[in-house]
Amino acid sequence: MLRYLAGRLLRAILTIFLVITFAFFVLHLSGDPAMMILSADAPPESIKAFRAAWGLDRPLWVQYLSYIVHALQGDLGNSMRDGRPALQLVLERVPATLAITVPAFLLKLVIGIPAGIYAALHRNSLADRLTMMVSVAGFTVPSFVLALVLVLVFSVQLGWLPSAGSDKPASAILPIVTLGVAGAAILARFTRSAMLEVLGQPYIRAASAKGLQWRTVVVHHALPNAAIPTTTIVGFMVGTLIAGAVVVESVFAWPGIGRLLVSSVSNRDLAVVQVILLLVAATMVTSNIIVDFVYGWLDPRLRRGGPRGR
Amino acid sequence: MGVKGGARRFFEAWPPLTLLALAWIAAMVIVAFGADLLAPYPFTALDLRARLLPPVFMGGKWAHALGSDELGRDVLSRLIMSIRLSLLIAFFGTIIAAAFGTAMGFVAAHFRGRTEALILMLIDFQASMPFLIIALAVLAFFGNNLALFVMLMGLNSWERYARIARGLTLSANEQGYAAAVRQLGASNMRVYGLHVLPNIASTLIVSMTITFPETILLESGLSFLGLGVQPPLTSLGNMVGYGREYLTRAPWIMLSPAAVIVLSTLSISIVGDWLRDRLDPTLR
Repeated sequence: MLRYLAGRLLRAILTIFLVITFAFFVLHLSGDPAMMILSADAPPESIKAFRAAWGLDRPLWVQYLSYIVHALQGDLGNSMRDGRPALQLVLERVPATLAITVPAFLLKLVIGIPAGIYAALHRNSLADRLTMMVSVAGFTVPSFVLALVLVLVFSVQLGWLPSAGSDKPASAILPIVTLGVAGAAILARFTRSAMLEVLGQPYIRAASAKGLQWRTVVVHHALPNAAIPTTTIVGFMVGTLIAGAVVVESVFAWPGIGRLLVSSVSNRDLAVVQVILLLVAATMVTSNIIVDFVYGWLDPRLRRGGPRGR
Repeated sequence: MGVKGGARRFFEAWPPLTLLALAWIAAMVIVAFGADLLAPYPFTALDLRARLLPPVFMGGKWAHALGSDELGRDVLSRLIMSIRLSLLIAFFGTIIAAAFGTAMGFVAAHFRGRTEALILMLIDFQASMPFLIIALAVLAFFGNNLALFVMLMGLNSWERYARIARGLTLSANEQGYAAAVRQLGASNMRVYGLHVLPNIASTLIVSMTITFPETILLESGLSFLGLGVQPPLTSLGNMVGYGREYLTRAPWIMLSPAAVIVLSTLSISIVGDWLRDRLDPTLR
């Protein structure tokens, strides 16, 4: 187990390192930020000064090494737009994003998992068919379409909720609902198929054949086993808490990470984009490790068996 | 009973919902191929005397059946061109993902060892990052080039195919038929292309029905943000993004492309489920 976890940790660090490297090279090879920020017709002297000030005149590998060294010391560079530390700029946006993604995440869990379990236990019932129909919509309706339709109905037609901005608490409702509904539909589908898979196993038949109450069979035999695949998708959803709202934040003009990413990308603010990429990667990797721990707790076989399913 | 039984058997094999979905996909393909003939106006044609006209079902005239936008451009004509471009991008994106991913899966299963470890690491890396974030970074920094954009769409889900191809190839290599052909002196290309590939094709095709709608959604999402397909070209996502500005005054600009996105992804998902049940019961 210990060796397995050490291996996981090493892989996690390697992934983050890969992301940093990827971000650095993609962003640096793709264009000249000096031209973008100062505009192409700026005098050559000021472009040169800009490059020297940001270290852009050094060889690429020197820039890379110095970036890594600084990153290890917690210094991720300054925003090229307003000169403030990029990390600070990004972290300021985190609360706004979490304010919509965390409630949306809870909404997904509270609706998605019970709906999936209920649908699986009442297979082919009206409720099952209804759940599946709605969940297909969760896969096929893009979030920006759902968001705009909600705005059209609840802001334009009914006038109940603000269509954009973040000045009122009610502004958060539509973004949360947009994120939550789509995620709940996906989660319901996964939970349902995980439950159906488990319910078809011989040990379920054996458990009910030896006279256990159906409720006991479901709670003690089916649910823990169905929890394993469901954990994977829930873990992925935890990982997207930081950056899962890019499109939705843009639609609702919500001042979170997602909008910062879109605007920094169009401004070519390299440092900020790198910090966001890093933050997203770190969240994903952390949630993957948590998922692995949860696996070990849910499934005692994995505690001894080394890496799963390879 | 003969006719009735025959009809029942027909609808059991071809459920009505699947038929509807197939019909919609066929219609979209016809629109994509015949876009130039079907579009009533050039899709960039301006008509400043016919601005923001409502569509027929909202009291408009047949001259602009789906209405017109702020610049007097015909929504129907733009929709037809958008369908063509969105479908093309999704089609090539899916093909690239399937071809590249399957090849990587074969390479991993063939060489094992370090090559396999490297490919598995890449798969893990890709699976652990939301692709929209990667795509955003790459696109905005490399600029708006249609060829690059299509390649990027192809990178979206290659890891799914790599995983499937690797797993199935490993088990195919154990089944003996691959070894038998190799004993007969077949080259690697022949073994994988003519013997292993046909055996795993059904699973790959079912996966393509999952990737295709995903690619449409990714493309339209990026185009919606203004970072995908660039004007004067237009895709379904661009139209929704443009229509968002006129949500209160002219919701029809955004509604018809949104409906086409939803119906198309829905239809492909339905057909995919049906194909999966027919071709590959193990994926259920």
